[in-house]
Amino acid sequence: MATKKLNLKDKYRLLTRDLDWEFSYQDRKEAFPYEEFEGIKITDWSKWEDPFRLTMDSYWKYQAEKEKKLYAILDAFSQNNGQTNISDPRYVNALKIFLTGVSPLEYQAYQGFAQTGREFGGIGARVACQMQSIDELRHVQTQIHAMSHYNKFFDGFQEFSHQHDRIWYLSVPKSFFNDARAAGPFEFMVAIGFSFEYVLTNLLFVPFMSGAAYNGDMATVTFGFSAQSDEARHMTLGLEVIKFLLEQHEDNVPIVQKWIDKWFWRGTRLLTIVAMMMDYMLPNKVMSWKEAWEVYFEEAGGALFKDLARYGIRMPKYAETIEKEKEHISHQAWWTFYTHGHATGFHTWVPSDEELDWLSEKYPDTFDKYYRPRWEMAKEMEAKGERFYTKALPQLCTVCQIPMLFTEMDDPTQTCYRSSDYEENKYHFCSDGCKDIFDDEPEKYVQSWLPVHQIFQGNCGGPDVEDILRDYYRINVGTDNMDMKGSPDELRWKEWKGTA
Amino acid sequence: MTIEIKTSMLEPVRHTFAHIERRFGDKPATRYQEATYDVQSETNFHYRPLWQPDLELNDPRRTAIQMSDWYAFKDPRQFYYGSYVQQRAKMQEAAENNYAFFEKRNLANHLSEELRASLIRFLVPFRHVEHTANLNNVYGAAYGYGTAITQALMFDGMDRLGMAQYLSRIGLILDGNSGDSLVEAKTQWMSADIWQGVRAICEEMLVTKDWFELLIAQDFVIDNLVANLVYEQWDEHLVANGGQDVAMLTEFMRVWHKDTARWVDAVIKVAAAESEENQLLISDWVTKWRGKAAEAFAPLCNEMLSENALTDALLVMDKRLAKAGVK
Amino acid sequence: MSKVYIALQDNDVSRYIVEAIEEDNPDVTVIHMPAMIRIENEGFLVVKRETVEEKLGREWDVQELHLNLITLGGNVDEEDDQLSLTWN
Repeated sequence: MATKKLNLKDKYRLLTRDLDWEFSYQDRKEAFPYEEFEGIKITDWSKWEDPFRLTMDSYWKYQAEKEKKLYAILDAFSQNNGQTNISDPRYVNALKIFLTGVSPLEYQAYQGFAQTGREFGGIGARVACQMQSIDELRHVQTQIHAMSHYNKFFDGFQEFSHQHDRIWYLSVPKSFFNDARAAGPFEFMVAIGFSFEYVLTNLLFVPFMSGAAYNGDMATVTFGFSAQSDEARHMTLGLEVIKFLLEQHEDNVPIVQKWIDKWFWRGTRLLTIVAMMMDYMLPNKVMSWKEAWEVYFEEAGGALFKDLARYGIRMPKYAETIEKEKEHISHQAWWTFYTHGHATGFHTWVPSDEELDWLSEKYPDTFDKYYRPRWEMAKEMEAKGERFYTKALPQLCTVCQIPMLFTEMDDPTQTCYRSSDYEENKYHFCSDGCKDIFDDEPEKYVQSWLPVHQIFQGNCGGPDVEDILRDYYRINVGTDNMDMKGSPDELRWKEWKGTA
Repeated sequence: MTIEIKTSMLEPVRHTFAHIERRFGDKPATRYQEATYDVQSETNFHYRPLWQPDLELNDPRRTAIQMSDWYAFKDPRQFYYGSYVQQRAKMQEAAENNYAFFEKRNLANHLSEELRASLIRFLVPFRHVEHTANLNNVYGAAYGYGTAITQALMFDGMDRLGMAQYLSRIGLILDGNSGDSLVEAKTQWMSADIWQGVRAICEEMLVTKDWFELLIAQDFVIDNLVANLVYEQWDEHLVANGGQDVAMLTEFMRVWHKDTARWVDAVIKVAAAESEENQLLISDWVTKWRGKAAEAFAPLCNEMLSENALTDALLVMDKRLAKAGVK
Repeated sequence: MSKVYIALQDNDVSRYIVEAIEEDNPDVTVIHMPAMIRIENEGFLVVKRETVEEKLGREWDVQELHLNLITLGGNVDEEDDQLSLTWN
C-alpha cells in the first residue's frame, strides 16, 4: 500500500482530535459539568486551533532533554559550591521571595490546568491544558531542586511551604491564584493562561532571570530559562483561548473584557513584588523595572491588544494608571518591606550609594523628588545605630492583600484609600482597580483570609508579634529576618570570602 | 576501606527543607522527597470555589477514602517530573525504533487481510479506552489530595494520551496514513455490538465523582483486564497466527502496564492498610466495577479470544487484589 | 505595525538559529542580553527549517526550537517547515 506523507497538522489531528466521541449511555453534560455556569457560550469546540502540535512521544523526548541539561547544571552548581560565585549575598533574598512566593504558584497552576485539562469539552484545548499542567509541576519541582542547595547555606528557604500558607505578604500571591482557581474554568484561562502567562510572567522570567545570570546565579537562570522554554507553548495557548472565546459567540466579548480588566489589574498588583526584586534586590542591574515594563507590557502588550481590537477588545481598564505606576511602585514596596523588615522571612537593607545613583538615573522624574530623601534619612539613622522598624501592623487591601502602600499616582505624597460598604461592614482597598473587583463580586472577596485581620482575631497565636513570627510563621527570629547587615547570611559569606 | 581525604569544605547550615527534616531527619534528601512531600497547600484558603462552594480549593473530602497522612502514598518508582520524563523518553526511543523498523521493512504487508481487519476491529478502538483513562487520571490529578498521589495520577494521565496516540499510529500504519482505519475503528466503537459494553462503562466512569473510586475502576479493574486480555492473551493469539511482528508496536504498552501496576498496587495496599473503612470501600468498589467490567468486556472477549479468556483475566485481578491486602 | 519577537537562550545551537533568522528576515534587530538573545521584527518573523539545517549542517526538527526558546510575541503558526510569528 502506498503510504501518504502526513504533515504535522494532519498527523496531530488524526492521532489526537478524534479520540473523543458523542455519548450514548450518559449525559455528556454530567461528564463536563462546569462549561456553562460562567455564561460563556461555546457553540463548536471543533473550531479550536491547536497552537502547538506536540504528541506525547515528542513531549517526552524534548522534555527529557531539557531536564537532563538542567539537572547536569544543578549538580555542577552544588558540587562546585556555586553559591560562592554570586555577585553579592543580598541577591539571595530575591530567591527566598521566589521560593516562598512564586514556586507555590506554579503548584497552583499545575492544579488549575489539571482541572481545565479535565473539564473542557473540547479535546484540543483539553490536551493543551494537560500539557501545561504537567509542565507547571515541572516548574515547581525544578525550582525546589534549584533552591535546595541555597537552602543548605542560607536562611529563609527552609519553611517555604508552611510559610506560603501563612505569612502576611505571601497571601498576596497565594490569594491571586486562589482567586483564579475558585473561579470557573474559562475565567481561570483568561486569568492565568492569558493575562498572567501571555504578558505578565515575561516580566518575572525574562528580565529577572537575565539578571540572575548577570549576578552569577547559574542555577536560577538555568531553571528560569528552562521553564520559559515551556512558556512559549503556554503563552500561545493563552492567546488561542482568548481568540477562540471571542470567535465562538459575540456574547462572550463583554465577559472576556471584564475578566481582562480584572486580571490585568490584579496581575500588575502582584508584580509589585517583582518590581522591587528587580530594582532593589539585583546587585548587578540589567534593566530597571520601568524599562522592563515598557518592553514587556507597553510594547508587547500594546501589540497584543492592537491585534485583539478586531474582536472588540480594548486595552485593560486603568491602563493609564498602570503606566504612571511604573515610576513608583518598586520604591514604595521596598520601603514598606524595609520598614517591616523584622516581620519578613528575608533580609532588607538600604541601597548602596551607587545603587541610589543608579535609581536616580533610571527614574529621573520621581526618585530624587520622592524616594531618595527617605533612603538618605534611613542611612543616617542606621549610621547612628537607629535602624528603623515600624511597629504597627499594616492595613491590607481586601482584594490584592497588599498593605496600603500605594499613593495616588497624581500625588505621590498622598496614600490612596478606597472603601466599599457591604452587608454592614466596611472594606478597604488600595486602588480603584481593586475596589471595582470587589464591587463586582463582594460575596467572594469578603471571604479573603487577610493575615492582619487574622492576627487581630487571634487566629495566628501570639500575643506578641514576635510569638506569631516564631510560632505561627516559623521564622527563625533574629536569623531569617531583620537587616542584611550583621545577619548570619552575611557573616557566612564573609567567612567564605575570607573577609570576616 | 574508606579513604578520608581532608579538604577544606563549606559546612552546610542544614541538609534539607524543614518539612522534609520533620519527616526524614536532618540529612540530605532525595530529589523525589524534596519535590513531593508537603508541597501542596493545606490551609488558609481565601475563597470557596464557585464550582463546589461546599468544599475548599484543596480538600481531602473529594473521596470517601480517609488518610491521616496523604503522603503515605509513596510512589515505588519515585517519579517526580524529571525522573518520569527521562524514563518515558527511554521507552519512547525504543518504541520509535520499533515503529520505524516496522514501517521501513513494510512489515504490515506481511499481515494477512484477516489479521489486519482484526487489528482494526479489536485493537485500534482501544485508543478510545486510553482516552477515557487519560481523563480519569487527570481527574484525580485535579481533585485528589497531596502531591504524592496527584503527581503519579498526572503522569498516568499523560501516559494514556501517549498510548492513545500509539494505537492511532498502528491504525495509520495499517491504512497507509489515510486515516480510514481510525474511522473504521471509531465506527466499531460507536456502533458494533461487541464494543457497546466497553463504551458504556467508559462513559459511566466519566460521570463518576469520587476520584479514588475512579482510580480503582480505571487503574485497577479496567487496566488489569486490558493488560491481560489485549497485551498478553491476544498477543499470544497474534503470535500463533502470523502476527508476531505486531508485538513490536505494543511493547510500550506491555512495559508500561508492568511499571504502572507496581504503583497502583502500592496505592491500594497503603489505603487499605490505613483503616477498616478504607478496606471496605475499596473492596466494595472493586466488586462493583469488577462486575460491571466483566459484563462489559464479555462480548468483546468472546469474539476476540474465547469464553475462558475473561475468566483467566479476572483470576489475575483477584490475585493482585489479595496480594494488596484487600479481602 | 507592531513588533513580533522571539528570545533564545544564549548557547551554541541558538547562534546558528539566529544566523538563519537573520538570513530569512533581513530587517530583524538582534539584541544580546545576559544569557539570552532577543530578536525583533516589524509585524512578521519566520524560522525556516531548511535554513537552520543548512547552518547547523544536520537535520533539525522545527519542534527542536523549544529546547532553546525563552519567549515569543505574536500569533504563532508552527508547521513542518517553519515557525512564523505575526501581528495583524
